[in-house]
Amino acid sequence: MGILEVKDVGKRFGGLQALSDVHLNVMENTCHAIIGPNGAGKSTLLNCLIGKLIPDTGSVMFQGQSVLGRSPFEINQMGISRVFQTPEIFGDLTVMENMLIPILAKRDGAFEMNGWSKLASQKDVNEYAEKMLEDMNLVDKRNMHSASMSRGDKRRLEIAMCLSQDPSLLLLDEPTAGMARADTNNTIDLLKQIKEERDITIAIIEHDMHVVFSLADRITVLAQGTPLVEDTPENIKGHPKVKEAYLGETA
Amino acid sequence: MDQIVLQILNGLDKGSAYALIALGLTLIFGTLGVVNFAHGALFMLGAFCAVTLSRILSLSHTILDETKKDFLGNPLKVEVPYVKDWFGEAAGAAIIDWSVPLALLFTVPVMIGIGVIMERGLIKHFYKRPHADQILVTFGLAIVLQEIVKYYFGANQIPMNAPQAFFGSFDFGAMIGMDPGAVIYPYWRIIYFCFAAVLIAGVFAFLQFTTFGMVVRAGMADRETVGLLGINIDRRFTIMFGIAAAVAGLAGVMYTPINPPNYHMGMDFLVISFVVVVVGGMGSLPGAILAGLLLGVLESFASMRQVLEIMPGINQVVIYLAAIIILLTRPRGLMGRKGVMED
Amino acid sequence: MLGLNKKDASLLLMVAALVAFAPILLNPFPEASALAQFNAGYPDLMQRFVIFGIFAVGFNILFGLTGYLSFGHAAFLGAGSYAGVWMMKLLTVNVIPAILISTVVAGLFSILIGFISLRRSGIYFSILTLAFAQMSFALAASVLTPITGGETGLNLALDDPRILEGGNTTGNIPAPNFFGLEMGDSLQLNVAGWLWTFNVGYYLAGVVLIIAFYTAIRIFRSPFGLMLRAIKSNQHRLGFTGLNTRPYMLACFVISGMYAGLAGGLMVAMDPLAGAERMQWTASGEVVLMTILGGIGTLIGPVLGAGLIKYFENIFSKINSNLLHEWFAFLPDGLEDFVVTIIYPFVGKGWHLTLGLMFMGVIIFLPGGLVELGQRIRRVFSKKDANQHTKPAE
Repeated sequence: MGILEVKDVGKRFGGLQALSDVHLNVMENTCHAIIGPNGAGKSTLLNCLIGKLIPDTGSVMFQGQSVLGRSPFEINQMGISRVFQTPEIFGDLTVMENMLIPILAKRDGAFEMNGWSKLASQKDVNEYAEKMLEDMNLVDKRNMHSASMSRGDKRRLEIAMCLSQDPSLLLLDEPTAGMARADTNNTIDLLKQIKEERDITIAIIEHDMHVVFSLADRITVLAQGTPLVEDTPENIKGHPKVKEAYLGETA
Repeated sequence: MDQIVLQILNGLDKGSAYALIALGLTLIFGTLGVVNFAHGALFMLGAFCAVTLSRILSLSHTILDETKKDFLGNPLKVEVPYVKDWFGEAAGAAIIDWSVPLALLFTVPVMIGIGVIMERGLIKHFYKRPHADQILVTFGLAIVLQEIVKYYFGANQIPMNAPQAFFGSFDFGAMIGMDPGAVIYPYWRIIYFCFAAVLIAGVFAFLQFTTFGMVVRAGMADRETVGLLGINIDRRFTIMFGIAAAVAGLAGVMYTPINPPNYHMGMDFLVISFVVVVVGGMGSLPGAILAGLLLGVLESFASMRQVLEIMPGINQVVIYLAAIIILLTRPRGLMGRKGVMED
Repeated sequence: MLGLNKKDASLLLMVAALVAFAPILLNPFPEASALAQFNAGYPDLMQRFVIFGIFAVGFNILFGLTGYLSFGHAAFLGAGSYAGVWMMKLLTVNVIPAILISTVVAGLFSILIGFISLRRSGIYFSILTLAFAQMSFALAASVLTPITGGETGLNLALDDPRILEGGNTTGNIPAPNFFGLEMGDSLQLNVAGWLWTFNVGYYLAGVVLIIAFYTAIRIFRSPFGLMLRAIKSNQHRLGFTGLNTRPYMLACFVISGMYAGLAGGLMVAMDPLAGAERMQWTASGEVVLMTILGGIGTLIGPVLGAGLIKYFENIFSKINSNLLHEWFAFLPDGLEDFVVTIIYPFVGKGWHLTLGLMFMGVIIFLPGGLVELGQRIRRVFSKKDANQHTKPAE
């Protein structure tokens, strides 16, 4: 029984069949990668998973509940956190404030005015935020304007913000896109560490094979809107169909 | 029936003023991505171009007319405009009489100049700033422009006349086969509507059939790509700003005989024009025209006595009410495109 | 102090001190001197300083924290004014019920407008609030005349019921009071040529300003305030952080509207007259100017901006050409006329021109307003701080 079950999903834009018959089963506490050449429908699939697009057919179930048609905050409250291709953080605020927001949001989820309570006096929240920053090696930068950090640091902050909410599923959308090699390796190490230390399921959409093969437990190859194969990284590596999809070689 | 025709006609002239201002706003928004709160002020400046020209034409000197005597028997002092000296009595009088249409020629270069200066001097620096900043700085500019006009022309309304040939009204009802006298309509208003139609058609033709227009339309769709093709899109956009300013100015010139200009007319029209743009769909030129005319007609229907008896005060708020309903039910407006100004 | 950190507490104390000593501070010139007309320490103007200060502080809670630019806040101020006058007509000329009801009515009104307008964001939100404000203005000036007094405005009358006071007793329209202390009452002190006026109405409004300012600080520093700043910074991310922004925005909008209503209530407490022009969108534009001039998103900025604009409106506009000629009389004749001609358009009736130019200048060169100006000046003078990384204004 998977934590995220995608069944029969199809999506058509005008004359273009972007997705068809997508089946996907992400098992609990695994890292599942979705790869595919450009235009394979990776982004469309991701958008279906987070409710931005509603597929024409099929269903997307998370822990037995449908995610379709829900707004982002509801999906987050179900236990899905998302890391974006370009780090989405609160650029105008300091690193510490960035860290506080998801923790407070998790606590006050629906709505709590708490307009009179003081930010500085929320001891438990502050301590937790401090600890998260320490884990991510960001604690020295806590009073820094978050927009002025390096891309790698922004990514770490974003991941820290997601993890602080203890999600069941972490969705990563090309987390190393546009990064230098060193930053990429750091990010891989970070994700590996997270995988080992936490009970968390990771779904990752990625381009970079190096990242995929160092992290994933299972890989789904998407081509022309349909899953081609789903297998372990070892089996995917030499798979003729994958070569065909990527290089256009006939096997 | 005659009531309906009359109200549609009444709505069309006001509606075409809305449409012309909204057209300029949309051009600026679509090409430059700038929300221009000073556009109403451009409309007002156009109107004051007409005022200025008519004052220049009426510049006169005093001579003693020996043929006429005042009650003391002295020769009467008569003011003679210079134009009458230069072009002769009849031609001079005609020129003064036709000052509003003549102002059209005078306004075009002036307004294009103002528009270009505005874009190069101020707006250019705000392309990358948030929309709120653009709104605020152009709002400040609008205040400055209207205060300058107030300083030179005073705070009172300045009555302007259409050429005498267009005084009076005609029986529109009889022309379309209704009872004579049922639909009486002033000449100048129908001229205003026709003028607006020609101007709108001109702008559309310019965008549709010239290479310049083609590039601008391409730029509206995707500015970066057009820039990458090696086309100097910025210069074209500057010219577009000038054209938008000229359209607003011309609309202002022709509106002077209908509504005597004053310094705050720009602000009054601005609010409604923005509503028009939003109703039509941000960035859609046909939408702006359609919404302008529709809202003008809607307003004039709401001013009918029969309607006011049922819903008093509806004429004051109908435009805003329509805008609110449309914004909530059709967030992109009547003809808005996807992805324009959406966050 | 009062649950504030040291910096905020000193800011609050500073505002309190300014309010308390304004009648002295704003009258720097002796009564008999030629410069006395630049004194701003008379009750009418000082009342306006604090009332518009409250209005701007409230507007800043919305615009400064969330970045939602409302062009309709004057409607709340107007609604509050009408409610206040009605309270004085129906119940009592004591100002407390009037001020309370103004705040409540403006709050209810802003729930209605906010609920609809907040369905959209960005420019659409601005246009929606603008449309609502213009609608309220048009209705108040025409159809709602029985409630609003139409074009002439709503004021107190001799035959008002005033239930708590048992109708008219003296034959005069009673003046608004605070448990017997009339708003117009003043204590005048003449100290060595300086005239200081301590006015009851001003101090009442001043106390309200201090409370309002304190509340604003608490909101700015609370988790709620942090969420609002997060909305401004990145609403997209906030959604994926599991926060439903709608109730937060609405709460913020209503609080901001209630501040406007409070200001409206105080206005009629000082002068029991409410007119429709108070609701016009240009009046909303004025509070935008105040907030931006002072420093958007800062605590003290809106108060400074409100003071500056009201000072200009009342003092700058008094300068006429005779006065200018007097000032520049030391110049040779031709030059004197020239200088006066240059300056004249910017003062007197033309002060709006100066305001517009100043406003444009601030947006172009000094987006942080007066507060940023102050910070820059301080940085120039203290070399020590020059190398420090500047923290964003809070």
